[in-house]
Amino acid sequence: MPPTTMSEPWRIVVAKPGLDGHDRGAKVVARALRDAGNEVIYTGLRRSAQQIVDTVRDEDARFLGLSSLSGAHEHLFPKVCELLKQQGLNDVIVFGGGIIPLGDREPLYACGIRAIFGPGTPTSEILEFIDQATQLENTGVGQESDWYWTSSA
Amino acid sequence: MFEFLEQAKAGDRRSLARTLSALENGSLDIEQAIDVLGPVPTPIDGDWQTLAITGAPGVGKSCLLDGLLRHWAQRGLRVAVLAVDPSSPRTGGALLGDRVRMTVVDDVELNSLIYLRSVATRKASGSVPVIVEDMTKVLLALGWQRVVIETVGAGQSEVRCAALADRIVVVEGPARGDGIQAEKAGLLELADAVLVNKSDLPGAELHADEIRESLELGTGHTPPVHLTSALQGTGVSQAAELLLTLPSSGRSTRARWRERLLAFHERKILESPQLDELLEKLAKGSILLDEALRIIGGENDE
Repeated sequence: MPPTTMSEPWRIVVAKPGLDGHDRGAKVVARALRDAGNEVIYTGLRRSAQQIVDTVRDEDARFLGLSSLSGAHEHLFPKVCELLKQQGLNDVIVFGGGIIPLGDREPLYACGIRAIFGPGTPTSEILEFIDQATQLENTGVGQESDWYWTSSA
Repeated sequence: MFEFLEQAKAGDRRSLARTLSALENGSLDIEQAIDVLGPVPTPIDGDWQTLAITGAPGVGKSCLLDGLLRHWAQRGLRVAVLAVDPSSPRTGGALLGDRVRMTVVDDVELNSLIYLRSVATRKASGSVPVIVEDMTKVLLALGWQRVVIETVGAGQSEVRCAALADRIVVVEGPARGDGIQAEKAGLLELADAVLVNKSDLPGAELHADEIRESLELGTGHTPPVHLTSALQGTGVSQAAELLLTLPSSGRSTRARWRERLLAFHERKILESPQLDELLEKLAKGSILLDEALRIIGGENDE
């Protein structure tokens, strides 16, 4: 690929998987990402894993942010990651947020999710994560790096 | 060099998405793309290939388009949508929310026939209408039969995007002011058809009548005015049929060519290899604006 200029914004899909009607968190994150100069594609509520992966594919997104407050993250996040890999979208960088207990996070990192942000995370931290994830190599969901961001909340 | 072009040609959707990104960020130009993908097919019997759907924020463009797409896909048409939204002039970022209302892209029976791509106007990095035009060519060359460009009808870039399309549909809603509003110059002048959405609300019929009255005063073919309610689904399939065979009103040919000429001129300027140098000189005050234009123009004559 030819080099892209610094002014090229990242395309980021922010998605709400599953039966979860609370998207204030997703909107706050979407807004912060937008204000940092990115192009944020918001899916709306209650999307299936397949719908989210289709969106990432058609929109050529570099990042996917998943938000869950329903407790179904253990099921839905790995499913999205699995589908991304199946469709060859291995280089998409995935992060998550919402009500996700600390004890649940390890298995999600193992699926290729590179950060989990809990309530109270400063939005600046998410931006730092975005920067770092793009500077490091092989941080896509299906790529070999075992790096992940240790979040403050 | 551009492996994704071959894959896009073979039908891979991700490679299609990548091709559009490459056009957007300038790493691929349209000639290179067409070289690999083959030419844009010529339209059949004067049918349109590109349709702009435009109108003020909140009139229900996305919801309505969702209904139209569903109808067209059920007829087996392959339709691509470029949903254009403004980038923030301050930060360059954008929140692209058209997908929230586009439920048809989630319909597993139909979504192989529909491609939806959100496009931010990115005012800083290039000429949006021209990029949208190039994206349209790629989609047509890849076998998408119709391309719909959805834009908010506010701002020069957005109007110019609409002017590039073969047909322009303006979406209106009730309670958008009195009859005088319909008489005011603007987007309505460019319309080949007007859809008055939210017909379930009071005032829609009246507003449609006012628009009809205004349009009938013009010369030539009067654009049809049709009532729809995207919410209740009334009038939507009729509108979809009407739009498929919509003729050009023939009224705004000059106005559209004006927009296209301006877009073309803007492209010449933005793509000039001397642009940076000229901006530098302009900033220092060592040349004047018309000299700069002459230099850009002269170079294209060579």
